[in-house]
Amino acid sequence: MKRMNLLATTAAAILLAGCSGGNAPPEQYGANPQLPTPQRGLLPNMTIAKPAAWGDRLPTVPQGYAVKAIATDLRIPRQTLVLPNGDILVAEGRGGNAPKLKPKDVIASYIKAKGTSPIKGGNRLTLLRDANGDGTYELKTVFADHLNAPYGLALVGDTLYVADQDALVKFHYTVGQTHVDGEPVKVTDLPSVINHHWTKALAASTDGRYLYVGIGSNSNITERGMTAEVDRARIWQVDPRTGMHRAYATGLRNPTALAIQPGTGALWAVVNERDEIGPGLVPDYLTSVRAGGFYGWPYSYWGRHVDARAQPQDPQKVASAIVPDYSLGSHVAALGVAFSLPAMGAKFADGVFVGEHGSWNRAHPVGYKVVFVPFRDGHPAGDPIDFVTGFRGKDGLTRGRPVGVSVDPRGALIVADDLSNTIWRVTPVKPAAAANPPESMPAPREAPPAAPATAPAAATPRAPGVPQA
Amino acid sequence: MAAIAERTRVALFPVNAVLVAGATSLFIGALLSDIAYFRSYQIQWNNFSSWLLAGGLVITALAFLWSIVELFRARWRTWPAWAYSVLLLATWIVGFIDALVHAKDAWAIMPASLVLSVIVVALACLSLAFAWAGLRAGAAR
Repeated sequence: MKRMNLLATTAAAILLAGCSGGNAPPEQYGANPQLPTPQRGLLPNMTIAKPAAWGDRLPTVPQGYAVKAIATDLRIPRQTLVLPNGDILVAEGRGGNAPKLKPKDVIASYIKAKGTSPIKGGNRLTLLRDANGDGTYELKTVFADHLNAPYGLALVGDTLYVADQDALVKFHYTVGQTHVDGEPVKVTDLPSVINHHWTKALAASTDGRYLYVGIGSNSNITERGMTAEVDRARIWQVDPRTGMHRAYATGLRNPTALAIQPGTGALWAVVNERDEIGPGLVPDYLTSVRAGGFYGWPYSYWGRHVDARAQPQDPQKVASAIVPDYSLGSHVAALGVAFSLPAMGAKFADGVFVGEHGSWNRAHPVGYKVVFVPFRDGHPAGDPIDFVTGFRGKDGLTRGRPVGVSVDPRGALIVADDLSNTIWRVTPVKPAAAANPPESMPAPREAPPAAPATAPAAATPRAPGVPQA
Repeated sequence: MAAIAERTRVALFPVNAVLVAGATSLFIGALLSDIAYFRSYQIQWNNFSSWLLAGGLVITALAFLWSIVELFRARWRTWPAWAYSVLLLATWIVGFIDALVHAKDAWAIMPASLVLSVIVVALACLSLAFAWAGLRAGAAR
C-alpha cells in the first residue's frame, strides 16, 4: 500500500510539477479563503490513511482537559446523541450501494478502503450509560438493531428520530430505557438510489415542529449523471407529523452534520465539498443555512466560482449561489458539528466543535482531528483551534478518524471514531461551573493556537505525537 | 512460386492482425462514445468510452507482447516487424494516458479525451496497416 501511495503521489507530483500551487496551499480558514486555480494532473493527489492500533496511546487534548475511551469494539460508530439522563446513543453502520461505473471506480474504491476500518457496519444503535457519574460508562448495550445504516439522531420530547440511509424512522422513548419497544415506525422515505453519499444527517428545530435531513449528492461532480441527482445535495425540512417535506436549501454537496444554534434556533451545517481539482479546492465549510438558499453544487463552488466539470452549466443558478459562512479548509472532511456550552470551559464555551475525518485527495494530509471554531455574537470569529488531535501521528500512522461530535451538557465532548471503533469523551479536568465565571482553569486570554503539547498527566499517562497540520 | 507463397504465409502476422484489429474496433468505439458525450453531455457515453478504452488497452498489450516474442525469432526480425512493435507500444502509451484522462470526473475529461482518442485510433490503424504490411515487405524480398 505504501508503495502504491508513493507511486500515486510521486506520479501526481511529477504531473503537477508544471502547475503552480503544487506545494502545500495556505491555510484556508474563515469567511474569505484564498482559492487557487483548479488543477488536476493525470492522477489525483492521494494520501490514504495507514491505520494502526492505539495501543496505550491516547488522542491529545488541550491542557486542562482529559480524554478517555468510554466504549470500544463498536461497529463503525458515526454519530452520537446525549439523552436527557446522560445516556449516550451511538449510531453504527456503513451504507451506500453505488455501483462501480468506470474502471476508475474499481481501483479507487480498493485504494480508499485501505484507510478505513474493515469491520462490518453494525446497523444498530448502542446505548452507553454511566450510572454513577464517575466518567466510566459501565453499561454498553444494543438499544435498537436491524436498522439500515443509521446516522442522524434527534430526540423530540418522547420521540427518538433516526435517519437511516433510506428512511427517517421513529421510536417511542422513555428516559431510562435501555432498549426500544417494538419496531421502528417510518416517518418518510429518504432518497436512497445509489447513495454515493449515503449519510443522512438529522436535526430537530428548537420547538420540535420540523426535522432537517441532510442528503448528500450522488457523485463527486455529476459523474453519475444529472438524473442521479434528483432530490440530492440538499437539506430537507420534514414535518414529522405528516412525513411531508420540502427542500429547505439546495446545492449543498454533502451536508454531513446539522446542528441548531442555541438561542437563535438557526440551522447550521458542515458540508463536504468537491474533490479532484487540487489540494486547495474546494474548502469544506461550516455555514448557517438560509431557507431557500442555493449553495452552488454542482455548477459552482464558494459562491460563484464555476466548476466546468458540471455540464451543461446553469448560469442563473450560479448567479444565485450563496457564499458559505466559514471555510474549514479543503478536504478536511468535516463529519460532525455540535454547539458548545459554558460547561466546556471558558476558552471553548462559545463556538462549535467540528469532527474532521481527514483527507485522501491531497498529498499533505489535513483534518484527522476535532477543532473548535470560536463564535462571537452568534457568528464564527477566528481560526479553528485544535481540540482533539493525535489521530494521525507524526509517524504517518492513523489511529483514529473522528466523525460525529456531541456536547454533553454536564461538560464533556463525545467524539465517535470510526477507524478504531471507539467513543472518546473529553472533559475539563476541573469542570467549570456553568453559572459562575469560569475561573477554575487558568485559561490564557489571548487564545494561542491550541498548544496541546502535553496532556494532563493524571488522565493521559502518555501523550502521542501531535501533528501540527 | 511455391517459395513466394510460403514466404507470404511466413511474413504475415496472423495472430497479431486479429488482436490489433479487435483492439482497433474497441478504440474506434471509444472515440465514437467520446464524440457522443461531447455532443450530448450524457454521462453514459463517458462510461462506455472508459470501458472500451480499457478493453482496447488489454488487447493491445497482448498484441505488443506477442510481437516482442516474435521479434526473438530471426525470420520475423524485419523493419516492418520492429515498426509494428513500436507502433503498438505507442498506441498503448497514448491509450493509457487517454484512460487516465477518462478517469477524471464528468466534463473534466473534455476536450483532452476526444483529442487523445483520435490519436489512439490513428495509431491503432497504423499498427494494423503494419500487421498487414508484413505481407508486402516479406513478398518483396
